[in-house]
Amino acid sequence: MLHKLRSGLTTLGVLFGTSSVIAMLAIGEGASAQAQEQIKNMGSQNVIMRSVKPLEDQNQGSQTTRILSYGLTQEDRERVEVNFPSVGRVVPSRLVTQEARFEDRVITQPRIVATIPDWLTVSGREVSAGRFLTESDMSGAKNVCVLGTEVARDLFLFANPIGKRVKLGADYFDVIGTIEPRMRFDSDAPGAGEETTKELFIPLPTADNWFGNMNMSRRAGSFNAEEVELHELLIGVTNIDDVIGIANASREMLDRFHDDKDWEVVVPLELLAQAEKTKRIFNIVLGSIAGISLLVGGIGIMNVMLATVTERTREIGIRRALGAKRRDIVAQFLVETVVLSVGGGLFGVALGLLIPKIVQWYTDMPTLVTLEAPILAFTISAGIGVLFGIYPAWRASHMDPVDALRHE
Amino acid sequence: MRNDPSAVVGEAPLERILIRADSGSHADPVAEFRGVERVYRMGNQEVRALDHIDLVFRKGEYWSIIGPSGSGKSTMLNVLGCLDRPSKGLYELGGEDTGLLDDDALSELRSRRLGFIFQSYNLIPQLNVLDNIMVPLLYQSNPPKDGEERARHLAGRVGLQDRLDHRPRELSGGQMQRVAIARALVNDPDMILADEATGNLDSQTSREILNLFDELHKEGKTIVFVTHEAIVSERAERVLVMGDGRVCEIRETAKEPRA
Ligand SMILES: Nc1ncnc2c1ncn2[C@@H]1O[C@H](COP(=O)(O)OP(=O)(O)OP(=O)(O)O)[C@@H](O)[C@H]1O
Ligand SMILES: [Mg+2]
Repeated sequence: MLHKLRSGLTTLGVLFGTSSVIAMLAIGEGASAQAQEQIKNMGSQNVIMRSVKPLEDQNQGSQTTRILSYGLTQEDRERVEVNFPSVGRVVPSRLVTQEARFEDRVITQPRIVATIPDWLTVSGREVSAGRFLTESDMSGAKNVCVLGTEVARDLFLFANPIGKRVKLGADYFDVIGTIEPRMRFDSDAPGAGEETTKELFIPLPTADNWFGNMNMSRRAGSFNAEEVELHELLIGVTNIDDVIGIANASREMLDRFHDDKDWEVVVPLELLAQAEKTKRIFNIVLGSIAGISLLVGGIGIMNVMLATVTERTREIGIRRALGAKRRDIVAQFLVETVVLSVGGGLFGVALGLLIPKIVQWYTDMPTLVTLEAPILAFTISAGIGVLFGIYPAWRASHMDPVDALRHE
Repeated sequence: MRNDPSAVVGEAPLERILIRADSGSHADPVAEFRGVERVYRMGNQEVRALDHIDLVFRKGEYWSIIGPSGSGKSTMLNVLGCLDRPSKGLYELGGEDTGLLDDDALSELRSRRLGFIFQSYNLIPQLNVLDNIMVPLLYQSNPPKDGEERARHLAGRVGLQDRLDHRPRELSGGQMQRVAIARALVNDPDMILADEATGNLDSQTSREILNLFDELHKEGKTIVFVTHEAIVSERAERVLVMGDGRVCEIRETAKEPRA
């Protein structure tokens, strides 16, 4: 290596190329892993029907009081159970809009889910202490509740909430258990897969008794009420192969019996496939951009090697005169290019592993370095060194020894 | 036989040309030219750098090649050294028809049987003296195990035992040429080829180098050197005078026969 600076600068090209391949893939993988984890948390064997507030009519805007009635009904629930025999379990739930209170601590907008015992298994969640709702809670329409981690923490700090009484609206509910938060996919990533809602659970019949279907809200002098029988029907499909069929049939069924588009069907499995496709496109695009920078690095290497070969023409002539075969000359220059590109590749891998950490630290964007990324990036960079080194080396080896010796 | 070193041998009148292409001695031939031509074509112009040459170089002979500039001396040496191929004719090295050999085989021949010494030394700048001397061994298909020992010994012989780890740029011209001579000897070649080896050196240093050649000759090495100085050419036993790509004359100098 006669020219340390020149070699160093050339290596930089490969270095940045390699590190950008790794960094881009890590950011892409991180984003898609987060998306996939969130989708999986909904249960890949589930079909979720949700009530959706239909688009508001313009001429109703003048009314000061109105009741908007929409969404899924108990009839929908029965239809699902009757029409889809392979369905495992159908879990209805309704959201109740009330404050949650314990002593002087208040949560103004908790997500109060009125549901049935099957919710736990179908949604794939787990109890962390006490128990979840049971059939006897249902039949007795008991005033009991199960707290999500956040609600338990906000209302009880570090005390044990079980056995205490929480006030929802005007009524008191006994705390019978708490449940685990949703699984996080990467404990390093803040916000990744974390529970964002302050959930707590009560028996559906209890909600019917105390709160009915009506949720009221006051806004800018006008009084609004919404009447929704069920906010969600969670269908746990027994056989994963039936998921897509049931999803399509559900859409057809809801379409037939609902005049308005006041529902949606969410299929985590479909979303997963979609996410995977998006991820593939994302990876190809990012990979291509990074690949181009590697290519540029390779061209830089070729450029420098061509200059080196010209500069060392005389040396090539000498070596050839003293017995070097063409392949000896090829090997000599190829080794040099590979040293340059592999050197760049190694530092590039190091930098490429560092960049995602920095990105994650500053932006809270989750990143994920898969084992393949550095291997791929390193192999490509070494390969590029060989590829772009071949031509200069070939040129060196095919010089006429007599001409080369005469070169100044 | 003329013995006057100041004679302008390159311009001998044609009628006095005496061609004895082969010494006819009983030593084995090392290199043999039969009808060798080397023609350079540039557009529709032809330059006959070598024009139908028949020659035999025998083992232990000490040749000089002299002639005016452009007469084909270097071309002759390049063909002898397998760096260049004849356009026509046969060149045998050690009994082998080089026309039948591919590039790799010629390279191997160069690394085993030939030693080169150039006017501009042609050492590899980034290698030290010892490594420069060992370069020819680097490319042999099974290099000798005692290569380094040999190189050290030869460095001692040319008086550079204290400079083994010096780079070429730290040496004088004479010293560089000694390194080149040691390098030309390291593979124990059949023939040593030198093109204007003293061309860049002052007369004192040239004499030292030529004395080295004489010594090697006495040891039985086959040497062919090119020069354009008549006085230098007289150091050899056989002087080949070239003109216009042809052999004009071959003379034997009146030197005492070697012991
Ligand atoms: N590569 C080449 N292309 C074209 N012509 C060439 C080439 N090499 C040599 N020649 C021609 O061949 C002839 C012989 O050249 P050569 O180098 O052998 O001369 P020389 O006797 O060594 O001369 P000098 O004493 O100047 O070194 C010259 O006329 C030269 O122009
Ligand atoms: Mg010449």
